[in-house]
Amino acid sequence: MEALDFARLQFAVTSIYHFFFVPLSIGLALLVAIIETAYVRTGETVYKQMAKFWGKLLLINFAMGVVTGIVMEFQFGMNWSEYSRFVGDIFGAPLAVEALMAFFLESVFLGVWIFGWDKLPKAVHAGAMWMVALGATVSAYWILVANSFMQQPVGYKIGETGRAEMTDFFALITNPNVFVQLPHVIAASITTAAFFVLGISAFHILRKSQNSPLFLKSFQMAMVYAFIGVGLVILQGHDQAQHMVEVQPMKMAAAEALWDSEDPAVMSLFTIGDTKEREDVFAIRVPAVLSILAYNTTDAEVQGINDLQEQYEQEYGPGDYVPPVFITYWTFRIMVGAGFLMLFLVLIGLYLMFEGKIETRKRYLQALVLAIALPYIANAAGWILTEVGRIPWIVFGLQTVEEAVSPNVDTAMVLVSLIVFTLVYGVLMVADVYLLNKYAGQVPTEDEGDEPEGARQPTPPVDGALQGAYSGD
Amino acid sequence: MDVDLNTLWFTLIAILFIGFFVLEGFDYGVGILLPFLGKDDTDRRVIINTIGPIWDGNEVWVITAGGAMFAAFPEWYATMFSGFYLALVLMLLALIVRGVAFEFRSKDERPEWRRFWDWAIFFGSFVPALLWGVAVGNLVRGVPIDADMQYTGSFFDLLNPYALVGGLATLSLFTLHGALFLSLRTRDGIEERAHNAAVRAWLPTTILIVLFVVLSIFETDIFEQLGVNPGVSAFGGAIALLAAGWLIRDRQHGWAFAMTAAAIVLTVITVFRGLYPRVMVSSIDEDYSLTIYNASSSDYTLEVMTIIAVTFLPIVLLYQGWTYWVFRQRIGRDDVLEY
Ligand code: HDD
Ligand code: HEM
Ligand code: HEM
Repeated sequence: MEALDFARLQFAVTSIYHFFFVPLSIGLALLVAIIETAYVRTGETVYKQMAKFWGKLLLINFAMGVVTGIVMEFQFGMNWSEYSRFVGDIFGAPLAVEALMAFFLESVFLGVWIFGWDKLPKAVHAGAMWMVALGATVSAYWILVANSFMQQPVGYKIGETGRAEMTDFFALITNPNVFVQLPHVIAASITTAAFFVLGISAFHILRKSQNSPLFLKSFQMAMVYAFIGVGLVILQGHDQAQHMVEVQPMKMAAAEALWDSEDPAVMSLFTIGDTKEREDVFAIRVPAVLSILAYNTTDAEVQGINDLQEQYEQEYGPGDYVPPVFITYWTFRIMVGAGFLMLFLVLIGLYLMFEGKIETRKRYLQALVLAIALPYIANAAGWILTEVGRIPWIVFGLQTVEEAVSPNVDTAMVLVSLIVFTLVYGVLMVADVYLLNKYAGQVPTEDEGDEPEGARQPTPPVDGALQGAYSGD
Repeated sequence: MDVDLNTLWFTLIAILFIGFFVLEGFDYGVGILLPFLGKDDTDRRVIINTIGPIWDGNEVWVITAGGAMFAAFPEWYATMFSGFYLALVLMLLALIVRGVAFEFRSKDERPEWRRFWDWAIFFGSFVPALLWGVAVGNLVRGVPIDADMQYTGSFFDLLNPYALVGGLATLSLFTLHGALFLSLRTRDGIEERAHNAAVRAWLPTTILIVLFVVLSIFETDIFEQLGVNPGVSAFGGAIALLAAGWLIRDRQHGWAFAMTAAAIVLTVITVFRGLYPRVMVSSIDEDYSLTIYNASSSDYTLEVMTIIAVTFLPIVLLYQGWTYWVFRQRIGRDDVLEY
């Protein structure tokens, strides 16, 4: 392996790790803001307890998102300096604006929220969480503006120096790709937070923890939240797939392992392919569904990998323009599969809630505890599809990944940093999960919301699995 | 003098670094002093709470500065970040550990857990406080940069004596700045210990800064760049530092803090003015230096970014200032410290 491979691996590790925390922060900040607003409006202490309980978990998660984000920001210059030189004009701008418009907002108001419970009027305190939620969403927008340029370059020209130069800022920030990506990411974040809250609430309902009103109420809110999230993410995913066929047909062809163009195109459910020979060995396919997915009609041609390869060779010169089909194919299926599984769970949940039978359905509640993993799997798979499907390009059609890497950073250096980050991230993950577990297992007492803070005694944790990790006092 | 956009952006980045060093400077100082001034767990909680609500907002100044470098001077961003590679890995490691430590520390009661994260805060504050000075030293002294704007040196080239003195100077200056901050924001005996720490930190700080300035006359051309020798701003910085020493002894902590802040501001100004119009000095050939012209984005990008920065920076200052006001009271052991 050489520096390029390690740099790639490092990007994969650090970005997937960063995005492990980000969706929960985005989705949960919004949910806590909604909950605290309910508290301000109704004055019911259960909402205050809920805001504090979920807020604490948000904070633990948020810290990890922040520190892993800093690595992302520095990494472009460190490992991808040729890329940074090439697109700095365009790519740097959204990063700088993101810091200025979003990161300040999030971090300043989160500080206010944590320490401001008894310093600020209730409504102002709730407003601080709204600011955090706003900041998180604005942050997603700007970073996706940056990423979208890599998927679909707009508003630029190649200048005399050979660098990409910005010619139209408005085009950059209204990149059509952003408008399919942002809603999908926000909906995915809502889904992530909803399943997180559902799973932990289900756990407490199963254990019959004290203070069941808190968890029942959380469960109900999160179920509705999950319905909105999953519904939107699937609908929007469909839009996104259509957009992908238009601007990066190769990615869709790879995601479907569609070697030859087809009209009408079948949708593959399961394929064992031979990527060397570029043909299928075994496949289960549904006729015409891919055409519908791509163009909303049953008879449209969807271009295949082999045709596209030829087309690209003519356009960009000789080379291999086929992304790793195995990865794109399976990540696409994992994401979509997880999405429909979650939809299924939510529909059952809504039905049970409507019938008032939630508390008695043990199996279902147990399934929800496990389902916390689903949105995380879907998120990671989604990004791997997005990024790996763009290979060999780092900026589609303009620069390849190979050309982007820092020429003066040698293999040993990248290896050192890869090892350092992987180790530290590993250790932090253990500490993070330990704390999340510990706090998710603690039940606030029923009257807690009214007491002055200082007088509070730590509450004994509930029995059971989550408690295993708790060995405090 | 009519100001071109490149100069404007050079100035804006200098302002972002000034904001960063003044604000995050005392955060680092507080982190460095934490294990020494906090006699027990409650003390240490009090000390952390003085910066609890604000440290992340302070750190965003450097994230913004990094983003602004990327946007306005991509070649600078690319050359510096790929060139200072291992130093940055170390810095990132420190920042990661520090950031989570603030959040994780109090979430478990076991003493070993607390002790571990307290030292993580120390390490995470100490390392960047040192490395920033080293980086500044290397920026002004010059590093091997070739005709293709690539850094050709190694990690150890960055650890030259001059840059190390720079590192120790920022380390001690931030510690002093942090001690003064604590003396203003705490009660119950901690402010007294912070005062003593400030008294003790003052002399080494002054010596190191003066040494750094003197060495700069031999090692760099920044004072020739400034015209006046040793430069009005450097001179002002030294006066501020001397005044701080006198004010500390006089227990005028507020004014002393203002003076260390002034010393930081003036030092950053000296460095940036000394660099201008270069952003990175090449030690191989003066012609290979990166300047605000050969390292910059297109005028169009600079124009767009100017509009955005001029609109949003004041808003940020406004609400960040508001949080400082909300959390202005001194904190003591009997306060509600839990979070
Ligand atoms: C809870 C998470 C989640 C779920 C359930 C889904 N997705 Fe997704 N998907 C993401 C989370 C995600 C993501 C991590 O947020 C990605 C990565 C990049 C992006 O824009 O969103 C993504 C990317 C992504 C892409 C790649 C876009 C590109 O490369 O430009 C497509 C085509 C889809 N999704 C389509 C779908 C479809 C048809 C789904 C139907 C069930 C679906 N997604 C469910
Ligand atoms: C946080 C969510 C993200 C995840 C999980 C993610 C995932 C990945 C992965 C897995 C790779 C490695 C692909 C390979 O094998 O080469 C990669 C590459 C890359 N991504 Fe992303 N990505 C994310 C967001 C972004 C964003 C927002 C940007 C731009 C602003 C970006 C820019 C890049 C770059 C520059 C590379 C390196 C080139 C490459 O290897 O293709 N990524 N990303
Ligand atoms: C590769 C590109 C990325 C870079 C350079 C980056 C950079 C950063 C930085 C520097 C921070 C810390 C801010 C602070 O100190 O408060 C951060 C946090 C954050 N980032 Fe990223 N990020 C990237 C990808 C993403 C993506 C793809 C998203 C969302 C779609 C995202 C959303 C967030 C959010 C919401 C936070 C706040 C902390 C949290 O919620 O975990 N980032 N990011």
